[in-house]
Amino acid sequence: MPLSLLKYGLRARHVSFRDIPSTPELKRSYDVVIIGGGGHGLAAAYYLSNVHGIRNVAVLEKGYLAGGNTARNTTTIRSNYMTEESVRFYKEGVELFETMSRDLGFNVMFSQRGQLTLAHSEATMRSFHLRAEMGKHMGTRIEVADVQTVKALCPHLNLDLGGQHEVMGGLWHADGGTARHDAVAWGYAKHASRRGVEIHQRTEVTGFELAGGRVTHVRTNRGTIAAGQVLQAVGGLNGQVAAMAGIRLPIRCFPLQAMVTQPLKPFLDILVSSANLHTYLVQSSRGEVVIGGGSDPYQLASTRSTLDQKEHLAEGALHLFPFLHKVKLLRQWAGITDMTPDYSPIMGASPLRNYWLDCGWGTWGFKATPVAGKRMAETIATGRVPDVLQPFDLRRFDSFALLNEMGATAASH
Amino acid sequence: MKLLTCPVNGPRNITEFQYLGPVREASTEQPEQLIEGLFYAENPLGVMREWWRHTPSNTVLIAERHTVSDEIVATYLPNRKPA
Repeated sequence: MPLSLLKYGLRARHVSFRDIPSTPELKRSYDVVIIGGGGHGLAAAYYLSNVHGIRNVAVLEKGYLAGGNTARNTTTIRSNYMTEESVRFYKEGVELFETMSRDLGFNVMFSQRGQLTLAHSEATMRSFHLRAEMGKHMGTRIEVADVQTVKALCPHLNLDLGGQHEVMGGLWHADGGTARHDAVAWGYAKHASRRGVEIHQRTEVTGFELAGGRVTHVRTNRGTIAAGQVLQAVGGLNGQVAAMAGIRLPIRCFPLQAMVTQPLKPFLDILVSSANLHTYLVQSSRGEVVIGGGSDPYQLASTRSTLDQKEHLAEGALHLFPFLHKVKLLRQWAGITDMTPDYSPIMGASPLRNYWLDCGWGTWGFKATPVAGKRMAETIATGRVPDVLQPFDLRRFDSFALLNEMGATAASH
Repeated sequence: MKLLTCPVNGPRNITEFQYLGPVREASTEQPEQLIEGLFYAENPLGVMREWWRHTPSNTVLIAERHTVSDEIVATYLPNRKPA
């Protein structure tokens, strides 16, 4: 490698290349149309083209590539959920992240540093025991930690919180980690376009033509295209796009706000989150402390930030790490989360025969980028929803077969 | 700080209010509307009618609010919508 790099550097003429080609003209027809050029849509395009040999694929993105919730999440990767169905699914996602940089030849900066969730009450400790036992049963690395272990894992942590809601223990999830969100999307986009997938940016879906319980055509601001199959993965606009196809989804939109501080010397080498304080922190490789996850208290489809949520997040962060009190904030942002009633996603079939859903990703979508893409591609290629996705079917709400994961997220809801 | 006008107490900080969700079309007391009423809440892009409560005075009210611009168009007591 170093020799070839040296030779490359000494060469006079360099051939420039682009990882992601510019938007081509729309063709008249595609085997698969993917609505949404975020991580999930691009991952599905990657698996369709690289694994299933389906290359006549168009990804339609209203804005720019991976500029929605793929760019706005706080990059937590974990599988410490409550139900067996969720743990099985997210575990597969974590495993795909473990080999992603090698698989894609693209550095996604996956850093499996472990996640520590804190309990400030006996009730939370009980739920941690439940999650730990489920996680062990499913083969993930997870255990309940006592206060001494918490202290060893994160020595700077303020454990007594001034006498109120002191830390009683934690849930240590060694499989947890982070990755570079943009790189994940770019890596998938690069390999998908190399196999012939067309990525159409600034291409907004404006409607559908339906016949015989199927979508026949997708209307866009750049013209109408025929579609063999359609996958919808549009984050905060899932309710609206599905409505264009005549599908109602049990989704309510709330902004989720986050922020980062100025870069500091490395002091935090794990992910820390607190279910009671509705705050989580991670130090990025640049040294910035990423602080998330405040959901707005009322429904809104806007990405504005508010002082209220900044104060709420700062309060939680200062309870845990009081020495951050003079640190300045560099950036703040919000993403529109599409929340489902049971805090689990909606994946699989829709009432239309060739229209597939990858929706309801709320505040928990980034970690599922590879596994949702892989399994949705498999669904489209085979026409059969794989077992691991069956529990996430839209029809679970009709039969009250909900997958309640409300307690397994640190974002406030 | 964002303000919301309580019909009884006038303009107050929005943090004094509790959001109780959209005014629902479907009723969970009608068996055929149960699933709709439980899971399929209103989620429009535009003006939505919703329940709020001014916590200190326990005043329950209805607000008409735009879900994209966050503009509060009107607030009133239930069953007392201004003409």
